[in-house]
Amino acid sequence: MDRIPILTMGRILLVTIQVDMHDQLAMTLQDDLTERIVKDKARGVLIDISALDIVDSFIGRMISNTAAMARVLDAKTVVVGMQPSVAITLVELGLRLDGVRTALNVERGMELLDMGVSFRHH
Amino acid sequence: MPESTSTLSHIVTKFEKELLEEWIKGLTNNSARRDANAEKELERTCAQFLNALKSAASDSSQGIEGRAWEDIRGLLTEISKSRVRQGFSPMETANFVFSLKQPLFAKLRTALADKPTELAEETWNVSSLFDSLGLFTIEVYQKTREQVILRQQQELMELSTPVVQLWQNVLALPLIGTLDSARTQVVMESLLQKIIDTGASIAIIDITGVPTVDTLVAQHLLKTIAAARLMGADCIISGIRPQIAQTIVHLGVNLEDVITKATLADAFVIALEKTGSTITYAKQGR
Repeated sequence: MDRIPILTMGRILLVTIQVDMHDQLAMTLQDDLTERIVKDKARGVLIDISALDIVDSFIGRMISNTAAMARVLDAKTVVVGMQPSVAITLVELGLRLDGVRTALNVERGMELLDMGVSFRHH
Repeated sequence: MPESTSTLSHIVTKFEKELLEEWIKGLTNNSARRDANAEKELERTCAQFLNALKSAASDSSQGIEGRAWEDIRGLLTEISKSRVRQGFSPMETANFVFSLKQPLFAKLRTALADKPTELAEETWNVSSLFDSLGLFTIEVYQKTREQVILRQQQELMELSTPVVQLWQNVLALPLIGTLDSARTQVVMESLLQKIIDTGASIAIIDITGVPTVDTLVAQHLLKTIAAARLMGADCIISGIRPQIAQTIVHLGVNLEDVITKATLADAFVIALEKTGSTITYAKQGR
């Protein structure tokens, strides 16, 4: 069965969405991700959606829900690499992803997480 | 009707040369423009028109919307369009058609001198025919002008929404004019593209040039800010004039989640701070 891979980088999990999301895939991802956050004691989650050209309200809500789940498990979530057309679509759909951090690319997202995560250690 | 139009065709065929000469004389007398090249071009166009008129009038009982008049319509369209580009006035453009009336009527009078009833009828027919041709010319002229205006509007829209880079990672978006939904779309697209191109993390939206801010404009602004945030860039609104500050509060627009500054300079200082730059003056005591 299709799965979206979750990479571990220290205490940060990296999820790169490169295929069209459908219901089952999204559910599997949310299952896997929550499990991995608990198992790896992850403090940050980076969701890279730079490969997504088209979003609908379902994917929008899925991203926002996944981020909310990670937050409940005390992992900071950053969504990175959103395409301009995707951003405009989400805003027009009224999905402003409030409460989800965003960054331009993976590098910026990592900086954001590093700041947030190391801040918590002190 | 078929008979009468063929009378017209007959006359045009018979007196083509004289008609052409008189027509051109009338045209050049009326206009203030004198240019050998233009006159040669005019002569060619007039000859073409008479030629087309000959064939159109000979075999048709239809109005000028009919298929027989297709050539004439095409010719008039071309003339109108080129005259718009050359800056002719609508009057001059319509005169092209109307000034053929006088020589044509003169010929009709000679040809039908002994049949006053027919002459009157024929004159009326030809007159109304030329009126509709003239109106058609004006319509094309107007349409071409509207196209020009539309194109200029589009260009204006592109020109009026520049996104400039103020500093490393800092963009500025000086908005001038009213913000409607079509413009918001253009603004949003160019801002987001620039964010990708420059990797900017702060965008300053300066609304000094926005005359009024109502709920709709505010909503468009907030949309733009939300889209930029999704791309990982924070926005600062600057250039809020005192009246606009009052309007925003009276309208109950919520700008509390957005950093707002009175001037672009203030916003720039904040942006520098946020991107980790500081300003130091070269000389002390300023």
